[in-house]
Amino acid sequence: MSSPISREDVAHIASLARLSVTEKELDLFTGQLADILGHAADVESLDAHDVAPTYHPYPMTNVLRADVVRPSLDREEVLSQAPATESGQFRVPPVLGEA
Amino acid sequence: MTETALSLAAAVRNGDRTARSVVEEHLTAIEAREGDINAFNLVMTDDALAQADAVDAQVAAGEDPGPLAGVPLALKDNMCTRGVATTASSKILEGWEPPYNATVVDRLAAAGAITMGKTNLDEFAMGSSTENSAFGVTHNPLNLDVVPGGSSGGSAAAVAAGFASLGIGSDTGGSIRQPASFCGVVGVKPTYGAVSRYGLIAFASSLDQIGPLANNVADAAALYEAIAGHDHMDSTSIPLPALPVSSELDHGVEGMRIGVISELDGSGIEGIAVDVQARTRAAVDALTAAGAIVEQVSVPSVVYGLSAYYLIAPAEASSNLSRYDGVRYGLREDGANNEAMNIASRTAGFGDEVKRRIMLGTYALSAGYYDAYYGKAQKVRTLIIDDFAAAYEKFDVLVTPTAPTTAFEIGARTADPMTMYVNDICTIPSNLAGHPAMSVPYGVGDDGLPIGVQVLAPLLGEVAMFRVGAALERSLL
Repeated sequence: MSSPISREDVAHIASLARLSVTEKELDLFTGQLADILGHAADVESLDAHDVAPTYHPYPMTNVLRADVVRPSLDREEVLSQAPATESGQFRVPPVLGEA
Repeated sequence: MTETALSLAAAVRNGDRTARSVVEEHLTAIEAREGDINAFNLVMTDDALAQADAVDAQVAAGEDPGPLAGVPLALKDNMCTRGVATTASSKILEGWEPPYNATVVDRLAAAGAITMGKTNLDEFAMGSSTENSAFGVTHNPLNLDVVPGGSSGGSAAAVAAGFASLGIGSDTGGSIRQPASFCGVVGVKPTYGAVSRYGLIAFASSLDQIGPLANNVADAAALYEAIAGHDHMDSTSIPLPALPVSSELDHGVEGMRIGVISELDGSGIEGIAVDVQARTRAAVDALTAAGAIVEQVSVPSVVYGLSAYYLIAPAEASSNLSRYDGVRYGLREDGANNEAMNIASRTAGFGDEVKRRIMLGTYALSAGYYDAYYGKAQKVRTLIIDDFAAAYEKFDVLVTPTAPTTAFEIGARTADPMTMYVNDICTIPSNLAGHPAMSVPYGVGDDGLPIGVQVLAPLLGEVAMFRVGAALERSLL
């Protein structure tokens, strides 16, 4: 059986997940993820076309509350934990531009 | 430890002991052995003494200090404490001081419990041994060469070592029950939604549940009652008060119908150790002797639980952990633009197991694979729920081992993720179904290390579950 995931797949998902992986890590993770997905083959091959999926174990819908203004977290306290701030806001490097 | 949490609380409430003396005694125990065990990421000495003094002042003033007055408690470090470092044992959150308390933290304070510190865990609760921590390995207090289990290994070790009388853990696939089994303490995963997750650092939101660790069933029941009940800050919180479990503990199991899941008794899935099978049979025999009607029952789809879990939990984790981007809190590594900063921060901040699960989850959710992996796993969840429903037509509770083996040696399973994942084979089905389950210590294995027996119940079946847990405990006296 061919491997359920290739080295190229792993490089692609690492990029989607905003992770940088070295060549050596790519080899390691590809082997490990293939192993885990290999064990998941029993679920993959299960015939369950007429079974409804469960997304949430306790059935609840439309949890609402009264639309009343309440105190939120303190802005200064929240910003005190940020790596960089400016004028009461989070500061980040340029969003556009060369990496 | 001869004193229970409830006897300590009674002594503090009626003025026989001060909360300060109780806390000081436990701080001394921590000082003596924490260097060997490493249960805590942070010991909150000053805060604990201040909380104790506040409880003593309430007692002196004739006010009610709460049902857990002065009881030292170990809090897993993935629950937010305002102004006190909360790390989830990850480098990416090192030094972060949350601007709010988790709901459980407020409820514990209202009950009079004293938080002694924040305990070690596998990074973001991803693991079964408390070896995947940015802050070092936690050692099992009963044998320093073996793991305490995980991911709530720090809390279980703290309770077993007498650093705290009570512990709080979180359980996504067995992370309270398996360390309870390995450390010889009681561990409870309540019904999904019974305890508010507000302020619990999210791993897999449809599976995560906070619950108690304790040295005995009555203490665990009292802790469950202190933390359970509806919270408007968590939209998945069940709109009901805590179930009255403590008052039912002595009612026995006469006439109760108890099923032993045949797929998990050693005759089904391979890998359940012979000594674990023997202790589970001993527990079943004790329940029969106490008047319960015990029979084997098949829950066929539980054999797919492990595979389904290791698709669903990483998928949800990959989404939940996207918030760690170096922008609002936690680690930031420099980058020429915002995306480069995000990548550098995440790459430097996450450990290997977390990266592995984020990538696995991203893959399971990606175009072309969603139906085959994540979609199919969600259908397995339905199959497990349906099979459990059929079993609970005939039985009040079900019994299995908690973990396939006793605690293993530190380092023995870190090289191959799959050998670590099979630890959770008996505990995962309850998370997938949202059902309550608890581990009760039931003797030791051939290596002299503890073995836990697991009691499972249907949604909101905590009363029957605790009754059976208490009966198991009594049968060992």
